[in-house]
Amino acid sequence: MEFLLQPLNVLTFFPLVGVLVLLFLREQKNASRWVALVTSLLTFGISLWVLSLFRAEEAGLQLDFAYNWIQAAGWTIKYAMGIDGLSILLVLLTTFLSPIAILSTWNAVEERVRDFMVFFLLLELGMLGVFLAQDLFLFYIFWEFTLVPMYFLIGIWGGAQRMYAAIKFFLYTMAGSILMLLAILWLGINQGTFHLPDLIAMGGIPAEAQFWLFLAFAAAFAIKVPMWPLHSWLPDAHVQAPTAGSVILAGVLLKMGTYGFLRFNLPLFPQASIELAPAMATLAVIGIVYGAIVSYSQKDVKKLVAYSSISHLGFVMLGLFALNAQGIEGAILQMINHGISTGALFLIVGFIYERRHTREFSEFGGLWKVMPVYAVLALIVSLSSMGLPGLNGFVGEFTILLGAWGAGEGGALGSIWFTVFAALGVILAAVYILYMFNKMFLGPVTVKANEALKDLSWRELAVMIPLLIVIFWIGLYPKPFFALMHPAVEQLVTLFQTAAIH
Amino acid sequence: MSFSSADLITALPIVFLVVWACVLLLVAVFAGRRPGLLPALSLAGLLLTEYLLVSQMGLQADAFGGMFVTDGFSIFINLVLILGGVLSVALSYGYIQRMQIAKPEYYVLMLFSISGMMLMASAADLIIVFLGLELLSIPLYVLAAIARPDSRSEEAGLKYFLLGAFASGFLVYGIALVYGATGTTLMSGIVAAVAAGLAYPIYLVLGAGLILVGLGFKVAAVPFHMWTPDVYDGAPTSVTAFMAVGAKAAGFAALLRIFVVAFPSISEQITPVLYVMCTATLLVGNLLAIKQNNVKRMLAYSSISHAGFILMAVVAYGNDAARFDVVSSALFYLLAFTFASFGSWAVVMAVEKSLGRGLEFSDYAGLFRRSPALAVAMMIFMLSFTGVPPTLGFAGKFYLFRAVLEGGYVWLAIVGALASLISAYYYLRLIVVMFMQDGEPEVHSERWLNLTAGVSALATVGLFIFSEPLVAWATQALLRIF
Repeated sequence: MEFLLQPLNVLTFFPLVGVLVLLFLREQKNASRWVALVTSLLTFGISLWVLSLFRAEEAGLQLDFAYNWIQAAGWTIKYAMGIDGLSILLVLLTTFLSPIAILSTWNAVEERVRDFMVFFLLLELGMLGVFLAQDLFLFYIFWEFTLVPMYFLIGIWGGAQRMYAAIKFFLYTMAGSILMLLAILWLGINQGTFHLPDLIAMGGIPAEAQFWLFLAFAAAFAIKVPMWPLHSWLPDAHVQAPTAGSVILAGVLLKMGTYGFLRFNLPLFPQASIELAPAMATLAVIGIVYGAIVSYSQKDVKKLVAYSSISHLGFVMLGLFALNAQGIEGAILQMINHGISTGALFLIVGFIYERRHTREFSEFGGLWKVMPVYAVLALIVSLSSMGLPGLNGFVGEFTILLGAWGAGEGGALGSIWFTVFAALGVILAAVYILYMFNKMFLGPVTVKANEALKDLSWRELAVMIPLLIVIFWIGLYPKPFFALMHPAVEQLVTLFQTAAIH
Repeated sequence: MSFSSADLITALPIVFLVVWACVLLLVAVFAGRRPGLLPALSLAGLLLTEYLLVSQMGLQADAFGGMFVTDGFSIFINLVLILGGVLSVALSYGYIQRMQIAKPEYYVLMLFSISGMMLMASAADLIIVFLGLELLSIPLYVLAAIARPDSRSEEAGLKYFLLGAFASGFLVYGIALVYGATGTTLMSGIVAAVAAGLAYPIYLVLGAGLILVGLGFKVAAVPFHMWTPDVYDGAPTSVTAFMAVGAKAAGFAALLRIFVVAFPSISEQITPVLYVMCTATLLVGNLLAIKQNNVKRMLAYSSISHAGFILMAVVAYGNDAARFDVVSSALFYLLAFTFASFGSWAVVMAVEKSLGRGLEFSDYAGLFRRSPALAVAMMIFMLSFTGVPPTLGFAGKFYLFRAVLEGGYVWLAIVGALASLISAYYYLRLIVVMFMQDGEPEVHSERWLNLTAGVSALATVGLFIFSEPLVAWATQALLRIF
């Protein structure tokens, strides 16, 4: 009983309540939608309750607990969960985006609505578990579990090439995960525990082992991020996924990769992190520039947004591997920003796709005249994605660039060029986003079918408004967000300072 | 040599099952008009045997002059075998009537075969291993061909018989060489002879190699796997389910006991052979499974790859640090494999239209809409085979990889990881067809099939979440070392 009443358990497993209710519904479409929406809203409420219990000034894990789960075969596997400044914002992002994504399916998903909602809630459960688990075994279970519902979301409700995309998504992710599993086992055999706080506290993993373990974990996370050159599953998955799937895929699932680096690679293998930071940052910067250039050449709006994710997550990776407080804080904030902005962009694309069933640039033009409200929202979201000051993206990118720059002075990244190329990425982002906006919204209406398009409905506005609020909030007053993560990041950074001395 | 009542008590479960099977042979003569009588009596016999096994738990004894042993290991394997027997009977009842192959000797043969399997798990003498293997195999040859005059079934029986006889030959020859090297076939005697320096190492290694070949046939390890797809495909599906798990479990039981107990001294020579065999089994089984469009053949090839996984544990058998985890992880994997196998065969049988028909992947299109419970169960089995949490198959791989890493075989673990990845591809394909393609599959909703699939699915997930007792049990299921 005590186990069930732990706030973090309540949070993680609450979506299961919705799943159980859904199993009793048959082909009742609206009832299914409402059950899922209410469940995800209540989950969001529970996450706010967790936030109210969270003491921002403390660095360590909070609301944490650990039960011995499998205590046999010479070691103990714990059921351990906890939350700290590194994960709380991502938990909130997950619970915040889920109801929005569900609401966005209201007219878009018409077939097998109940099944869709079941898979979606299971996905939410898995993602929350990923961000809260504090035992490597438990983390791996949630990590792999998220594959299954996402696989179905893409495979059943996706576009024409959905099965190809779903299998590709599954196999790519699993390829990395299995290497991580072997690394986890190695840690268990040699350190005698899977409990993350214990492992970090013990330290003492030999530098050479750290190197290989870092790479094995990185294989899993880099594919998920996705870092260049392991990104090729992402455009397929995104383009084929239904809107809600894309929103949650870009919004949360990709963050599992960057979060993995933050939660496991950096604190468990500090020496390897310092050693490999320039290599990781190089890949990150290549991703930033590559993603931006490829985005520019897309003919499909959704593909453009998908490739832009590669560029944006490059920033996050660069910030993380600056290995200083500014870089890491910027990276965490940028994870949230990308979740919000790209989630919103996918919704924007989804709205027009529902109306026209196409996403080709050539099919659009002059939409501003037909759908002014839609155009204004699209403009704000686009500007936020390209990092205009006053909106959320700017704060994150700026802090990351500051961090990467600062790291140049004797830090992990010994060169100013990382910052220079990343800044180039910012400019390129402006190019492809303005290009997209120009093509779709400005000028005369070029296609006859667009003349009679309806502007956004109240439901669609209700989906967008919470996102816009957060976009402005972070852009104008990011302090509370930084305050939540600051102590935990400071603690992490001291780890590198000690590791660098050794 | 004389034997006492203590010997009989040690071997009671097997003795009981054999006697019960003999009695059923008589009953079968009169049971013509009551199709439910024999399966019911077989179930009763199996459950009583299970009860006797449970009451033996914790027992560590040998009998018949050390030729037969009861220990944690044999009890674990035997319980799994009986569980497999119970599930097989449940699967068979409706199926063999639907397919019009309900012959009274069917169940009796099954019971005899199970007692042979149990004998292999308890054998502490190489001759007993051979006896067990024959007792297990001969009824299986008949069972594979029981759909006579269906030519595919006849062919399966003949193929299995010819290659099985060949394998037995290898085994006996290997045993003879070991006898020549050490002057005994008792495992304890072999250990003693090696310790005393009385063994001829070359003959011992050759003998062990030939024994490995013989048992390699039974567990369908590459390159001794050629018979598997044809036999699995041609035999009636209920028989396939039975032999895919039972013969494999028994083969591995003997393999583990012989190598861990009797041959640790020659691990330096044997391990490279096992390494190559294991890698080949993993890769060949998986790569060939990819190409299959027939679900039965896909499962056959994939069962080859699972033999490869269990072999991964055996590779490390000579490593003292890993030795106990070798045994327990192999046992655990076998259990996970048992549930997922019987469950998936139950679904295959529910979709099978007639002998050998309705087994293509395309026959599963739309299964999720037609009977969601069966499709979800099948998905769970496929995920368990792949090793995706939260399933027992994941835990199995986890412990297996652990034993391999503990033994220091990092590359083998990576090959295993690669094999899991390849297997994900074809297991996912079936899920794709069931959940994402439209179709109107013909499904026979038989109570026992549904029950088997349901129980297996629940066990696959539930026993993962509450896996501690199982792990503890497998860990304590130690081999009796002389």
